[in-house]
Amino acid sequence: MNRRDFLRTTSLTAVSTAVLGSAAFTDSFGAELVDNPPPKKSFDEALKEITGGKAVSDSDKVKLIAPEIAENGAVVPVTVEVELPIEQVKAIHILADKNHNAKTMSVYFTPANGKAYISTRIRLAETMNVVAVAQLADGSFIKAQKPVKVTIGGCG
Amino acid sequence: MARQALVKINPKEYKKDDIVRVDSVIMHPMDTGLMKDKESGKYIAAHYITNVEVYYGDEKITWMELSGSVSANPFISFYVKATKTAPLKIVWKDNKGEVTEKVIDIKVD
Repeated sequence: MNRRDFLRTTSLTAVSTAVLGSAAFTDSFGAELVDNPPPKKSFDEALKEITGGKAVSDSDKVKLIAPEIAENGAVVPVTVEVELPIEQVKAIHILADKNHNAKTMSVYFTPANGKAYISTRIRLAETMNVVAVAQLADGSFIKAQKPVKVTIGGCG
Repeated sequence: MARQALVKINPKEYKKDDIVRVDSVIMHPMDTGLMKDKESGKYIAAHYITNVEVYYGDEKITWMELSGSVSANPFISFYVKATKTAPLKIVWKDNKGEVTEKVIDIKVD
C-alpha cells in the first residue's frame, strides 16, 4: 500500500465513523432516544378494547392479591387467580387505571394449564386501582379490583 | 442477541397429572418510552417485551400480551398440568424484534 492509498482509506473511515456516531442518538447505556413518548391509553379505552363494550360484573371468584402499600412503584407484585374450572376461563387481563397505558398484561389460557393463575410484577406510576378482569368461555366478564398506595412512582 | 432467561418448575418432584407451577424470569430493561434522558431531554425509546408464548410439546398452551407497565426483568409464573413427558418451551418477543427461547423438560412416569 502506498502513501496516497493509505491516507485516502483512513480519512474515509474517520469521516464515516464521525457521521455514524452523530446520527445515532444514544444515551450512556446505548439506548435509542426519540422525541415523543408512546400514545396514551386510558382505562376506559383499554377496558373497551378487552370487553368490546360488554358489562363487567364484580365477582368474588376472581382473587386479586396485591400489596396495600407499595413502597416502590417500579416493582409491585400482583397475583390473580380465578376460582373456576380452567375450561371456563379464557383469559385474565390486568389493568392499572391511572398508568400511561392502562392495559398492563393479558394472559390467555387453555385447559392444559390446569389452573387459571398468573403472578407477575408490574409498575404503578402513582396511587391507583389495580383491576383484574377475567374473560370467561361463555363470553361474559368478571372482575376484582384493589387500591394500591404507592410511595415512589415507577413509570418515569 | 439472546437474553438471559431462567425457568423453573415448582415443586421439583411431581407425578403425572399434577398441576405444577412454572416460574420464569428474563433479563430485559422494559423501557416504557416515558423516561427522559437527562442530557439531551429526549425520551428513551420504548423497548419492552410484547408477547410471551408457552409451548408444551407441539401445543401452544398459554400466550401473553405485555405492555411497558410490566416491571423490568419480568417475572411471570403460571401453572401447567404435567400430563406427558415433553419439552416446555417459552418464547419471549419484544417490540424491536428480539426473540429469546428457553426450553426445559417435563418428565413424568
